[in-house]
Amino acid sequence: MHDVWILAETGHNGLKDISFELLARGRALADTLGVKLAAVVIGGGLESSEAWRLIAHGSDIVYVVQDSRLEHVTCIPYSRVIEHLIRKHSPQILLAGATTTGRTILPYVAVKVHSGLTADCTDLAIEADTGNLLQTRPAIGGNIMATIKTPDHRPQMATVRPRSCRPLKADPSRSGQVVSELFETAWDDDRFSVEDIRVPEGDRVSIEEADIVVSGGRGLKKKENVVLLDRLAHLLSGETGASREAVDRGWKSYPHQVGLSGKTISPKLYIGVGISGAVQHLAGIKTAECIVAINSDEEANLVAMADFALIGDLFEILPEIQRQIEERRRSS
Amino acid sequence: MHIVVPIKQVPETSDVHMDALTGTMIRSGNTAIINPLDLYAIESALKLKDRIGATVSVLTMGPTSAVKVLKEAMAMGCDAAVHLSDRKFAGADTWSTSYVLSLAIRNLSPVDLIMTGERATDGDTGQVTPEVASWLDLPLVSFLSSISTVQDGILEGERLIEEGYQKIRCLLPAVVSVVKEVGEPRLPTLRGKKRAMTYDIPVWTADELKAEESFLGLKGSPTRVVRIGTPSVIRDATVVQASGEYSLKSAVSQLLDFLDEKGLLTEGGTHA
Ligand SMILES: Cc1cc2nc3c(=O)[nH]c(=O)nc-3n(C[C@H](O)[C@H](O)[C@H](O)COP(=O)(O)OP(=O)(O)OC[C@H]3O[C@@H](n4cnc5c(N)ncnc54)[C@H](O)[C@@H]3O)c2cc1C
Ligand SMILES: Nc1ncnc2c1ncn2[C@@H]1O[C@H](COP(=O)(O)O)[C@@H](O)[C@H]1O
Repeated sequence: MHDVWILAETGHNGLKDISFELLARGRALADTLGVKLAAVVIGGGLESSEAWRLIAHGSDIVYVVQDSRLEHVTCIPYSRVIEHLIRKHSPQILLAGATTTGRTILPYVAVKVHSGLTADCTDLAIEADTGNLLQTRPAIGGNIMATIKTPDHRPQMATVRPRSCRPLKADPSRSGQVVSELFETAWDDDRFSVEDIRVPEGDRVSIEEADIVVSGGRGLKKKENVVLLDRLAHLLSGETGASREAVDRGWKSYPHQVGLSGKTISPKLYIGVGISGAVQHLAGIKTAECIVAINSDEEANLVAMADFALIGDLFEILPEIQRQIEERRRSS
Repeated sequence: MHIVVPIKQVPETSDVHMDALTGTMIRSGNTAIINPLDLYAIESALKLKDRIGATVSVLTMGPTSAVKVLKEAMAMGCDAAVHLSDRKFAGADTWSTSYVLSLAIRNLSPVDLIMTGERATDGDTGQVTPEVASWLDLPLVSFLSSISTVQDGILEGERLIEEGYQKIRCLLPAVVSVVKEVGEPRLPTLRGKKRAMTYDIPVWTADELKAEESFLGLKGSPTRVVRIGTPSVIRDATVVQASGEYSLKSAVSQLLDFLDEKGLLTEGGTHA
């Protein structure tokens, strides 16, 4: 009755990390409320082992809607599936990732089911006396935290920022129920279709999903120097980010841009190299777990915002970091 | 071809600086500007106008002062503007805002394309766009990064998603949100400014839109802001000088110890 739901996401490698992060969030809420946690997984043909992975990571029920027409995420058919499931089972909470998928589909559903939706939450809790969902999110470029609730409409819906919590450890002994639901032809909609995907050569970026992001700014001086940044990112198994100055100069493509008009990220480690830390840039990294600044100017904003700052010339510091990391790895 | 561009008025951020101690924003003025990300929507609409011919209408829901952003959009080359303003709209969340915008768009019909920014830089939700599409039962193309053709009532282009660029095809009428890659916004022209000056922008109220009263403003909004706080962003920066050979080596070594302690230096990333 009135369970907590999450919308799982799949990619070509099966379930995406965000699905497990959402399960961790949902598990905590369901336990507080004393209800079940269900995952909804929609797609074109999911391995049945995947549903069991959702259960191992905290789900009690998995609603599976599989149909070849659902291979690509398309707003209207997916929304209709979710709307139908909501009407049939009346969940009290529905969470999705603040990803291009969640941010496209959940608002479409919110209007149809006449309920509220809160974007990009970084914290979720249950209000003690009412049982309402307290949805906390950064707003105005991360300068305020707003707590929002949806008192009179159900389900209470929220998108959750990727990387803002850790998945639970898998417990293969957990049991659960897998429920298949049919996709009705009337829900299909051929007005929108996905034709193909283009992945820029050697430049597949998803800085929102990276644990470590090494970003560079105007301090890098020229495009040829970006390789220093890429090397460090590679060494740390992270991704490369950039300030708007670096993107506008063509040193990195737009998908790498961090900040107000780029991406908002929550990595475990953010290293800003030759970036001053303008408000618009900081807006994108306020919820990073750890911030490191490398800058020749001790007065730079990012230095004040950092957990650790190195003051000096990045052209000396980056090669030294690389040298010492390699040395440590050799000797360990 | 009729394109409607809903734009939002937001506080200017460049006259804002950080209080380094508390990490909060200090706003010097109170200037309101067009949501910077909406400029890209205006630009793509005007590009289509240049390419295939179109009438571009801009639309904003906001207080009396918001008329300024409509004039600015007209100065850039938009043909018409409508201002949705009524005390009853005040305090609307995205659900209620999108309801009012959708009524106005219906009133402007026939409309072939609704183009919006990716999100507004103040509320930062990006929800209004899909919600407008939902009210109007129209297909949605979110995160559109380029348009290759608009022909015979079909839009073809690419969306920027986590996996890369997705090639899509969408029947018009449709709602799209654009990302920055669509192109650098143009500047206002003298001719545009003159036109904006003489253009009398109509104001539409709740009554004129025949809006359902219970869907409007704070009362009609399913969500409620219950608390506003300032995040604790004071990080105890360890600041280390790294110049000169000795200090460089020791500073970098301190950094690596710091990262190692946090488990951030493991080879193969932190997934392991
Ligand atoms: C509406 C709006 C939206 C915006 N959106 C974004 C956004 O999304 N993302 C974004 O990043 N910006 C954004 N900006 C721009 C932002 O205001 C700044 O202009 C930008 O972030 C500055 O980039 P930067 O730090 O690389 O360059 P600068 O501010 O020029 O900083 C360069 C830094 O490098 C340091 N440096 C130079 N040489 C060296 C060296 N040899 N070694 C070490 N350090 C060195 C300098 O001390 C300086 O601190 C936006 C602006 C506006 C108005
Ligand atoms: N009050 C408004 N009036 C007109 N358009 C708006 C309004 N609010 C949002 N929009 C449009 O919807 C987009 C997404 O806004 P948001 O969901 O608030 O982040 C913006 O880029 C605008 O194009």
